Amino acid sequence: MRFGFVILMTGILLAGAAPAAEIAQAERRSGYSFMTPDTKAMQDDDTANPGMLWVLDGEALWKRKQGAANKACADCHNDASASMEGVAAHYPAFDKALDRPVDLEQRINLCRISHQQATPLPYESRDLLALTAFVAQQSRGAAIETGSDPQLEPFIAKGRALFTQRQGQLNLGCANCHDDNWDKRLAGSAITQAHPTGYPLYRLEWQSLGSLQRRLRACITGIRAQAYDYGAPELVELELYLMSRARGMPVETPAVRP
Amino acid sequence: MASALINVPKTAKPGDIIEIKTLMSHIMETGYRHTATGEVVPRDIITSFTCRFNGTEIFRADLFPAIAANPFITFFTRATDSGKFEFEWIGDQGFSETASASIIVE
Repeated sequence: MRFGFVILMTGILLAGAAPAAEIAQAERRSGYSFMTPDTKAMQDDDTANPGMLWVLDGEALWKRKQGAANKACADCHNDASASMEGVAAHYPAFDKALDRPVDLEQRINLCRISHQQATPLPYESRDLLALTAFVAQQSRGAAIETGSDPQLEPFIAKGRALFTQRQGQLNLGCANCHDDNWDKRLAGSAITQAHPTGYPLYRLEWQSLGSLQRRLRACITGIRAQAYDYGAPELVELELYLMSRARGMPVETPAVRP
Repeated sequence: MASALINVPKTAKPGDIIEIKTLMSHIMETGYRHTATGEVVPRDIITSFTCRFNGTEIFRADLFPAIAANPFITFFTRATDSGKFEFEWIGDQGFSETASASIIVE
């Protein structure tokens, strides 16, 4: 009797330690579906969604002349609703000059440096978040297509390796929560599947818009590991893997999350 | 770049109860937080919100440090005449913003 129990327990422990399995396509869920009706309503109504405040600022910045070149984004890209439609759904994307993937924030700053001859905007600054939110909002509803470029494959593989790698004092990898336990709760909050469908997004906890890199750094700090610096290649690879993992899901920018 | 988002129905019938929604961009710094070096972050909040319809005050709210950033204020009123809603937010450090929206009642 006791022997049988021990075997059963061992079986459970082994099952618990099974390697992370990717979430089946049909089971994928946006963080939106884990939210309360109130928070969903906040995201759905553009006059209640605080992320729209950044989108409005971004729209103004899009038309403002900047840098030594005295050019606005609109001077080259014209009407964002046409030129930027679906663009964010492909990011992070491969940059030939840098020979590595860049995310949307980095793309905007590269554009500022080379075409506007302006200084890059700091990560998480209101202006960079506003421009990113404005550009990404032009893709709202479009299916995520990140990772379709074959040049990105080695970087996606690196991102996936980082996603499954255990690290920090808690010795946890991203996959331990977001692949294996996404249907459970942690300290009362839904764990969710980590599909970055709505960035930059308004997090009620932050009382502000924030980037995916901010979210990743918060998660890495949460497992008591040393967070990578903003703009670090590792963070971009992780962004790239997560976006490619969410391929086919609609962009929600600017999303609202608790 | 303070900005407001206002949602007022464009038209209504006389006697209709309409919902007015306002969202104002503001950090709502409580004044209770400290920097890493121990200095108090000065309070910077919106203290008052007012809505006037054709010059008559129809709604007022006082705001306090416990209210979250980017205050979303929504209320109901009864549509009587066509006219203009004027919104005003006043706060610390000289903060003052206005916005307006028109409605046609017929």
